[in-house]
Parts: sequence; structure tokens; C-alpha cells
Amino acid sequence: MRSTLTYRYWFLFLTIILVVVAFINISLGSVSIPVKAVFNALTGGEVEKETWRYIITDYRVPKAITAILVGGGLSLSGLLMQTLFRNPLAGPFVLGISSGAGLGVALLILGSSLFGTWFSFTLTGSFSLAAAASIGSFVVLMAAMLVAGRVRDTMAILIIGLMFGSITTAVVNVLSHFSDSERLQQYIFWSLGSLGNLSWVQLGVFSIIIIAGLLLSIFSLKALNTLLLGENYAKSLGLNIRRSRYMIIIATSLLAGSVTAFAGPIAFIGLAVPHLTRQIFNTPNHKVLVPAVLLYGAILMLVCDTIAQLPNSQFTLPINAITSLVGAPVVIWLLIRKRKMIF
Amino acid sequence: MGKSTLLRTLARVQPKLGGSIDLKGRGLENYKPTELASQLSLVLTEQIPSKNLTVTEVVALGRQPYTNWIGSLTGNDKEKIKNALSLVNIEAIKNKKCFELSDGQLQKTMIARALAQDTALIILDEPTTHLDIYHKAYILKLLKEIAHKTQKTILYSSHEIDLAIQLCDKMLVMTEDKISFGKPATLIESGSFSELFPTDLINFDKASGTFKVNK
Repeated sequence: MRSTLTYRYWFLFLTIILVVVAFINISLGSVSIPVKAVFNALTGGEVEKETWRYIITDYRVPKAITAILVGGGLSLSGLLMQTLFRNPLAGPFVLGISSGAGLGVALLILGSSLFGTWFSFTLTGSFSLAAAASIGSFVVLMAAMLVAGRVRDTMAILIIGLMFGSITTAVVNVLSHFSDSERLQQYIFWSLGSLGNLSWVQLGVFSIIIIAGLLLSIFSLKALNTLLLGENYAKSLGLNIRRSRYMIIIATSLLAGSVTAFAGPIAFIGLAVPHLTRQIFNTPNHKVLVPAVLLYGAILMLVCDTIAQLPNSQFTLPINAITSLVGAPVVIWLLIRKRKMIF
Repeated sequence: MGKSTLLRTLARVQPKLGGSIDLKGRGLENYKPTELASQLSLVLTEQIPSKNLTVTEVVALGRQPYTNWIGSLTGNDKEKIKNALSLVNIEAIKNKKCFELSDGQLQKTMIARALAQDTALIILDEPTTHLDIYHKAYILKLLKEIAHKTQKTILYSSHEIDLAIQLCDKMLVMTEDKISFGKPATLIESGSFSELFPTDLINFDKASGTFKVNK
């Protein structure tokens, strides 16, 4: 296996890029703040205006951290799915985990109008939104694991994932028929995705879940590399297929589920980043790819967010639109250059 | 005649329907996955999904049953990988990616991977399909040499009876209603091959050990 050491200069380079991009991301926004003030606010120095400090420490820094967690988490879950399902077009969305999260949110926001108004006041806070999405992804995860246990064919699991997506769309359509315009708008805002709504407490919960997913992925590194030979060979090499598969699926659902809960369904990052990463790190070795997709995903998400906030203007574009504009052409490009799809 | 089914059952890739399979006097089902992986290695007909692996990487994965939780290779592992590459004569292509290889080279790579797994028994499912006659002979001769040189048992399925008669130490001939096992010469004597196919089209020539088409 080509080792992590072969690519150490790339890792160093990407880490520097990440720091630079993160700083640019924090420096730019609807309020123009001088670079020196940004630097001082970050290092705890003197800042001319107290509002600047507030904007940076309580809005922009959490948003940048969210972007890093979202980008890294989605990219890693995409990589895990592509190896597990031996399918270069697999991603957290294909398995239906994001759809499950979306269904949870739809039931909460749109369904609350059916159950009466008093209910909605206590439940539609951003935290309950996150809980609903997590429960939704968990339900789909359990269903997927049940299927994974009975169906040996991984392609069947992919199709079932697509069906979950269809069911979500159908339920959302039915619910939107009965809900009022205000709630519909709320749901649509969530479905557009946003990185900027997290408090430090929520960010803490988010980080813990992402780190748990990352740890599970690290413990699955050997299994992931063995699975590159296919399930029968992996089995003949003494791999416990069932346990490894469950571990990888749980890791994915933790990563993709928590991202969807806290930032909305962010499209294409999970699918596109692993392929973009393979353009630099041309190896299927997961010991190289796992840290590489984390870095690459975080960088790409920060760039997308910097574009989305339209520096020095009052408008913020929906992040999902930007990731789609960046990600969809990548997928088309990959499909045209078929050789680049090998993994 | 159920060749692949038999081999896959023997290798525990698929569950057995009945009877018992013993490996070194111990029931196959009593082996833990990693224990079995250090006793028995496999070469299957299926393609590997990741064609971006290099030859060395594929062979190195044969060491998985012996590596630690994260799969680091020790000096001993690297030595075994080097030996496997040289036994199969693929050092020249060791840094090539799998998608660059011919069918014959790919098959040799998979055999090297099984050798790196360092097991007393290697099972191959139709190792010569998709290969031309030269490479068929090459692979089978290679297997024979490896078996004699390393004292490993190599069990493979094939419908290339002519080649098998020339190269195997022992053969198991399976027909609808009869199974016979023994040295090729003994099997020829007892007429096992003569009954293998309907005699209206081809006949087995005992003198040369080959099948002849009726003119």
C-alpha cells in the first residue's frame, strides 16, 4: 500500500490551505471588518468595536467550525458508502439517511400544524429540529441494517435507499397540502441548508457526534481496505463481514445524520469530494483517503460558504445551491471521463 | 457438475447443505474466521471491485489475517509479499494498477495474493477461464511447480480435462451418477474419462490421454 508518508507534502499543503481558507471565511461577511481586527479578535487582543468581536466569536467562528464539520463529515460518510457498496456513485443520500433526516424534520415542522398550535411553540426550536432529523436518520438506519442483515446483495440496499427518498418526498408532499404557508416556508428554509444557526452548545453536541463517527471509521480502516477485494475475498481473509458492515453503516449514519440535522440536507459534497480527493491521492488505501477527504471536504465547504455569504453584501445565498453548483458538474465530468470513476 | 458449488462449500464461502467437512481433523464450522484464513486461501472467478489497487497492494492484502487492528505490515509480512511476487514471476509488474493488467496477469496477481496468505491449502475456482491455451498451460504448470516447491496443497476446478490429466497429481472426476478420485493414470486405466461424455461425438483415447472428435 502506498503509505500516508508518500503524500506527506500534500497533507501539509492541504492543512495550510485549510487554515488560510478558514481565516478568509471568517474575515469575509456582510459586515466588513478589517483583517487586523479579525486577527485580534481571534487571538483575544484589542478590537476597536465590541460588535466586531461579537460577530466574529459568536457568529463567524461557529459558522466556520460548522462548515469544517459538515464538509469533513459528509465527505467521510461518502467515502465509506462508496467502499461499502462498491459503487462510485454511492453517498449518504443514496442510502436514504439524509432522506430519513428530512422526513423527521418534515413531520416536525409540517405535522405540528395538524396537532395544534401550542405544540409547535415548544417543539419547533432549532434543537428539536436537530432531534427530529437525528431520529429520522436513525429510523432509516435501522431499516437499512435490517435489510443489510437479510439481503446479501448490496445493490438491493442501494435501491431500498432510493425508495426511502421517494417515500420522504411523498410524505412531504402530503404534509405540505395540510400545513400553512408559514410552516411550509420554515421547512423549505431548512431544506435549503444553512451553516450559520448553531450556538456553541449545539456545536459541542455536533462535534462529539462527528468525532464518534470518525473513531468508528478509524477502527474500520483495515476492514475498509480488505473490502476493496470484494466481500467473498474479504471473508476468505478472515474479516467478520457482518460486524464490519454494521460498524461502517453506524459511522456513516452518525456522520451524515448529524450533519443533516444541524445544517440541513447538503447536496453533492458526500458524493463529489471522495472523487476529487482521488485526483490528488491516487490510491484506494483508506489510511490515506480518510484524512485526505476530511481535509478536502472541510476546505471545499469553507469555500462554498465564503461564496454563499456574498462578501460585503446583505444577501446570503442558500448553501445547498452553491454545493450543487460546484458538485453537480463534478459528477457529470466524472461520468464523462469514466476511467476516473475507478476506485 | 457443481464444481464451483463444491469448492465454495469447501472454502466456507457458502453454507453446506449436509454432511461434514473436516480440515486437519477439525470440523470446518469450528474454525474462527481468522483461523480459517490462516489455513485456507482462495482464488475466485469474480473480479475485484477496486481496479485502482496496484499488484503489490492486492498481494499485500493477503497478509490481512496476520496484521494488527489497523493493518500495518511488519518486516516478515513484506518478506512474504516479496516471495509471493517472485514465485509467480510478477515482480516486473508489481507497481502496475489492476486496470492496466491482462487477464493472465490479473490471475497471477490473485494467485500471488493467495500465496502471501501463507496457507497450507489453496483453493482456486476455474483459474484458467478467460485465458488462451498458452496462458492456461502456463498458469496450471505454475500451480504444479508451486505445489511441489512449497509443499502446499492446491485444489482447483476445471473443465480442461486434457490439461489436468497432464499436470495434476490427483483428480476428482464428477459425473451425474459417479465420482472417482485418484491419479490421472489410474483414472485412465479404470475408464473414468471414457464415460464422461456421450460417445457419439467424442471418444477418450487411452493411449494419448486426450479426447478425439469422431470423424
